[in-house]
Amino acid sequence: MKTSASALREKPGALRRFWNAEHGTGTAEWMPTGQRRFFLLPRSTPRIPGGLAFPFLAAALLLAGCVRSGPPADLVIINGAEPESLDPGLLTGQADGRVALELFEGLTRYDPTNAAPIPGLAESWEISPDGRVYTFHLRPHAVWSSGEPITARDFVYSWLRVLNPGTASEYAGVLFYLKNGEEYCSGNIRDASQVGVKAMDDHTLRVELKNPTPFFLDLCAYVTLRVVPRQAIEKYGDRWLMTRPVPCSGAYALVAWRVNDRIRLRKNPRYWDATHTRSEIVDLLPCASANTALNLYETGAADVVWDKNLVPGELLDILLKRPDFHSFSYLGTYFIRFNVTRKPFDDARVRKAFALVIDKKRIVEKITRGGEQIASGYTPRGIPGYDTPEGLGYEPETARKLLAEAGFPGGKGFPSFQYLCDTTSRLHEQIAVELQDMWQGELGVHLEIRKLEWKTYLRAQGDLDYDLCRSSWIGDYIDANTFLDMFMSNNGNNRTGWKNPRYDELIREANAQLDRIKRGNLLRQAETMLVREEAPIVPLYYYAGLMYYRDSEIRGIFPNLLDVHPIQAIYKMSPKSNAQRSTSEMPAARQGTGLSVHNRPPTTDR
Amino acid sequence: MYFLKRLVFTIPLILVISFLAFGLMHLAPGGPFDKERAPASPEIKRALEAKFHLNEPVWKQYLRYLGLLWDRTPEGNWHRVDGGLIAGDFGPSMRYRNHSVNDIIAQGLPASLTLGALSFCFALGFGLPLGFVTAVRKGNWQEYAGSFLALLVICVPALVIGPILVMVFAIKWRWFPVALWCSPWHAVLPTLTLGLYFVGRIARLMREGMLTILHAEFITSARAKGLSETAVLLKHGFRLAVLPVVSYSGPLLADLLTGSFVVENIFQIPGVGVFLVNSTLNRDYPMVVGLVVLYAALLLLLNLVVDFAYSLLDPRVKYE
Repeated sequence: MKTSASALREKPGALRRFWNAEHGTGTAEWMPTGQRRFFLLPRSTPRIPGGLAFPFLAAALLLAGCVRSGPPADLVIINGAEPESLDPGLLTGQADGRVALELFEGLTRYDPTNAAPIPGLAESWEISPDGRVYTFHLRPHAVWSSGEPITARDFVYSWLRVLNPGTASEYAGVLFYLKNGEEYCSGNIRDASQVGVKAMDDHTLRVELKNPTPFFLDLCAYVTLRVVPRQAIEKYGDRWLMTRPVPCSGAYALVAWRVNDRIRLRKNPRYWDATHTRSEIVDLLPCASANTALNLYETGAADVVWDKNLVPGELLDILLKRPDFHSFSYLGTYFIRFNVTRKPFDDARVRKAFALVIDKKRIVEKITRGGEQIASGYTPRGIPGYDTPEGLGYEPETARKLLAEAGFPGGKGFPSFQYLCDTTSRLHEQIAVELQDMWQGELGVHLEIRKLEWKTYLRAQGDLDYDLCRSSWIGDYIDANTFLDMFMSNNGNNRTGWKNPRYDELIREANAQLDRIKRGNLLRQAETMLVREEAPIVPLYYYAGLMYYRDSEIRGIFPNLLDVHPIQAIYKMSPKSNAQRSTSEMPAARQGTGLSVHNRPPTTDR
Repeated sequence: MYFLKRLVFTIPLILVISFLAFGLMHLAPGGPFDKERAPASPEIKRALEAKFHLNEPVWKQYLRYLGLLWDRTPEGNWHRVDGGLIAGDFGPSMRYRNHSVNDIIAQGLPASLTLGALSFCFALGFGLPLGFVTAVRKGNWQEYAGSFLALLVICVPALVIGPILVMVFAIKWRWFPVALWCSPWHAVLPTLTLGLYFVGRIARLMREGMLTILHAEFITSARAKGLSETAVLLKHGFRLAVLPVVSYSGPLLADLLTGSFVVENIFQIPGVGVFLVNSTLNRDYPMVVGLVVLYAALLLLLNLVVDFAYSLLDPRVKYE
């Protein structure tokens, strides 16, 4: 064996042989030259061990198993998180509600353009002069998708089911406006016939309320109050939505619901307004990743993406400039809770000082960047008949004065405290850091950011185990009450420890008030306490909704405060009409159809 | 006999695992019904907890979960509470209220199994030859290229590989769909993303095994017999060199079959991997324990299969 360096120089390939020999691999000198030839892959394929061929065979077989049948959908919408439930009485998520609203109809339903209540299964109604009794007249020919008539008794059943303590419906609160609704739900009244909802005959429903509730027709369109099929539920219990066919009362029927895969809806031909259902088959896809949603949309696998969380934050600045990204304001507020049971935040002067040094503009421009409007009041603007009061603005001088009055001049002696936020989004931490900077810079106080995983955070918030806490709230119906009643002393959503009898009284008085203007004033007084005088919370900004779809292809989606978009009205333009469209100038074409004018919302707040 | 004994032994092991999972989940702060929005009244929250028996002491909940809880009927007769693990019932999901855990596993597992099996095949199909070649072509460019490739796919996580593959093959060239799970084409990119790392791992294990084997005396004697190099390496060498890969395959397969959170997330695949992570965050107790038990059972079973395969491949190994 030649191993000297000179031998290596002698002929090419020697280095390799030298290496192989030294390391004991490969060919040895004693082997016949013919077999010294090596191979990249085995030459003699038949001799490949079975273990190597098997994987490919198995792969081919497995692949054959994952083909799905069924026609393509007319409309594909990315709906956000996988629904926890599609049962109107049990569900709590927005993505869940959007599907259930299509399957089950209420006495009223949402106008696609502005989310105002319009006649649904009730074709007309009368309201008693004191505003406490509603008599609904149901459509006599309305039927379930199974063909059975929908009667007033179905509504009584559906509503009592929500209130029944055994159902354990987390949203039963929207029916507490009924006479004896809350009492029945908490078990103080056992007799369901005492609850203020009765079927007078097959098509007449009489509803008796505790108070004149001016937003009751809005509530009737709310998902929890929609009518559900009694027979199916009594037969199958909690699993009734897993059986097929599910009797549906809405514009669509449920064809398939595969967890984390897709929900397929098909037009319900027996729906009373089926002539106005624009798309035959609609697929709703769950999606957890914003990048995936954007990719699906960009490659044409999805037509509409209507979840704000499904816009990649890194690309927000670029995407928002595109015409197919639609930003609009809706009923949600991002705010900070103070734990008023802890010193020194039991002092309103301290809370106000903290509120007065927050530069909210910096937060919406630097961090959220999605077209959000800064919030001075708590209730978002745009609610008809309600004028949100001005809260505390940016006045660092006043803030320092207040803090000094409270006994902490220049932040001296102020105990260090924690700001609680959750880890569901990076946004929360970024805002926390920004706030930390503002408070330390302007007031000289020191805080620590305490990040907790979602459920732990919620538990800490509920147990008042925090000093300051990031929070948010989304309204259920277009009325200030959906934001204000939660800060009543015993409301489970208060979570600040702030209890004020005058506030409670104002809200109660407002909701007993028949006159809309007087009611608005009372609510306004209450909110002024909340955001100006007592400040147990500091609103930071109002949420902006964000959807993306191409105006040139998709019709029937309108921005509105509730961010509800009945699918019945949505459709995809046929390629033919699209072609005609593209020949004419786009802006002119937009003006041409009455609908699409609304499709481009002004990005400024209303 | 030996394997039968081991099979019997897995049952207490699974019980211990389920107990640990159950106990740990209940120790974590927050519960399935802690939400941003409180239930309409405290009574509703109590009713919810009563419905899912969360108001009972944890040991009782655990026995109920196992299906080993006896309850007295109003007439005073003792009877076993229906369902439970021993009846193959993982219980209701506390988050997905229309589904039972069995439903979700039944719907999600086929996708995870398919993807896992495909990735496993891919990992073996490419990892074994790669490791083989880098070992027998030691010192050549094939070795350097192969080893570099193996190291590369080990170092770059799926979180990076996935989006890169999507960007190149799905968005730029449009060969494959970007996500979803509805045709064989949809399986290609997820399989690559999930499998590439294991190609690297298997290639390295195979290489190590092969390098050790090449020094062995029986290889020398095989060569001395005048066998062809192919026969020496494939028939005699491969069989033993593949042993490290085999023992790695068990846990690997269990891991792949139960789904991957990252890959399922990137490609929106309806598997169980996503639930394994999310159910913990959601405190969906029955779902967590159900999936942990499933994973544990699969792992134990596949380890058993691996040991069995060992006894076939290596004549020195005998189980008593």
